[in-house]
Amino acid sequence: MNNNDTIKKTLIVAISLCLVCSALISFSAVELRDLQEANKTLDKQNKILSAAGLLEEGIDTSVLFESINTKIVNLETGLFDQNINITDYEEGSFSRNPSTSIELSSDVDIALLKRRENFQTVYLHYEGELLNAIILPVRGYGLWGTMKGYLALEPNFKTIIGLEFFDHKETPGLGGEIDNPKWKAIWKGKEVYSDNGDVLISVIKGSVDKSSNDSKYQVDGLSGATITSNGVSNLLSFWLGDMGYGPLIDNMKLQETKDV
Amino acid sequence: MSKAKEALLNPIFNDNPIALQILGICSALAVTGNLYITLIMCVALTSVVTLSNLSVSLIRNHIPTNIRIIVQISIIATLVMLVDEVLQAFDYESSKTLSVFVGLIVTNCIVMGRAEAFAMKNGPLLSAIDGFGNGLGYSIILIIIAIIREFIGAGTFYGIEIMPLTTNGGWYLANNFFLTPASSFFIIGFTIWALREWKTDQIEKPEFKISENSLEAEKRAV
Repeated sequence: MNNNDTIKKTLIVAISLCLVCSALISFSAVELRDLQEANKTLDKQNKILSAAGLLEEGIDTSVLFESINTKIVNLETGLFDQNINITDYEEGSFSRNPSTSIELSSDVDIALLKRRENFQTVYLHYEGELLNAIILPVRGYGLWGTMKGYLALEPNFKTIIGLEFFDHKETPGLGGEIDNPKWKAIWKGKEVYSDNGDVLISVIKGSVDKSSNDSKYQVDGLSGATITSNGVSNLLSFWLGDMGYGPLIDNMKLQETKDV
Repeated sequence: MSKAKEALLNPIFNDNPIALQILGICSALAVTGNLYITLIMCVALTSVVTLSNLSVSLIRNHIPTNIRIIVQISIIATLVMLVDEVLQAFDYESSKTLSVFVGLIVTNCIVMGRAEAFAMKNGPLLSAIDGFGNGLGYSIILIIIAIIREFIGAGTFYGIEIMPLTTNGGWYLANNFFLTPASSFFIIGFTIWALREWKTDQIEKPEFKISENSLEAEKRAV
């Protein structure tokens, strides 16, 4: 057998191996990208529909999603933005880019986001001409990482239809129970704003006392997952507040009264 | 036993990579909370170790000795990335749950160990069979752990409810400890114990003898 340990042979083996490996990976990444992207979109659409309670057994998610109107909103002004193409919008790159995001000072950054993008996508569902649901993307830090989800509100911009997380790193069985259908069901019908517009919704420690006046603003905590529960409270307070969708919700309410 | 049969079946109980060689423990702890996810992980690892053994063996006569570990790692890393891409394309839900652990197959000692110890010295077919056998050996332990953890931790078997949980209105109060990776340590320990009770030749000879308790020695002297 010839000598493998010459410098020439070593270089030849190393370089050809690199070429073969990188070609294989590039090929698979390019070939499978469409499928992967489709999976991601489908998963998000699924969660959006599920938050708004629009998921139906046996009907394709993509078909159901056609009834959803996607809009880009300027979070500063609370107005819909027509200039950004929805397909160009990407939350990650917008929140990292200094020109399309703002840095959050620690006193307002309750959801521990560090930066907040100036634009976000929101999803509107109309029943005929009437607004039926508005679905807002929300995110914030839990115990191990950022929890990302969708909050669906009724057209009074106050009552929750549902809350659904599509990406989180919480401990299965403890914080991971934010995916438990039973816990998610508690959210339906809870209210987020008080009559004078303060964000009151929160996940409390233990169970909610149903006789109390505040019970409509409170959700049972997850046992063994205080930090996750607080994270959920904080991210809702942030996104429903002035730094989040507050301006949008004010504008939409105004619009609604004008229309009437 | 023929050589091929030996390469395939030995790693399952006689020379199990997890139970006897104590390799690949990290993923056995991390991804065994739920049987379905565990099965995906087992398929992923088995395909990586089979293909890496095959590829390493195919080029074994051309690998320069001084860069052989780098060559093996490059091959393994490539295969792992391929598996990850395929998983993201065809089973997005599981790839989300497994997240970083698919990528971490690269650091799984079983894959590297078989490439270095077996595939560098044997023909392609036999190496592939050996890889597959070791994948099966890994899988069987993971499946045992996953069944126990899912059953005690969530009251289900493969997602099918066996014991209704109190949180869903049933009678079984889930043992959350079994949902944490630490519980796998105990289950692996008991599995190894059980296996060595059955295959007594796996019991290791003590490396040293613990000296007699001084109190007992005194008692005997009296």
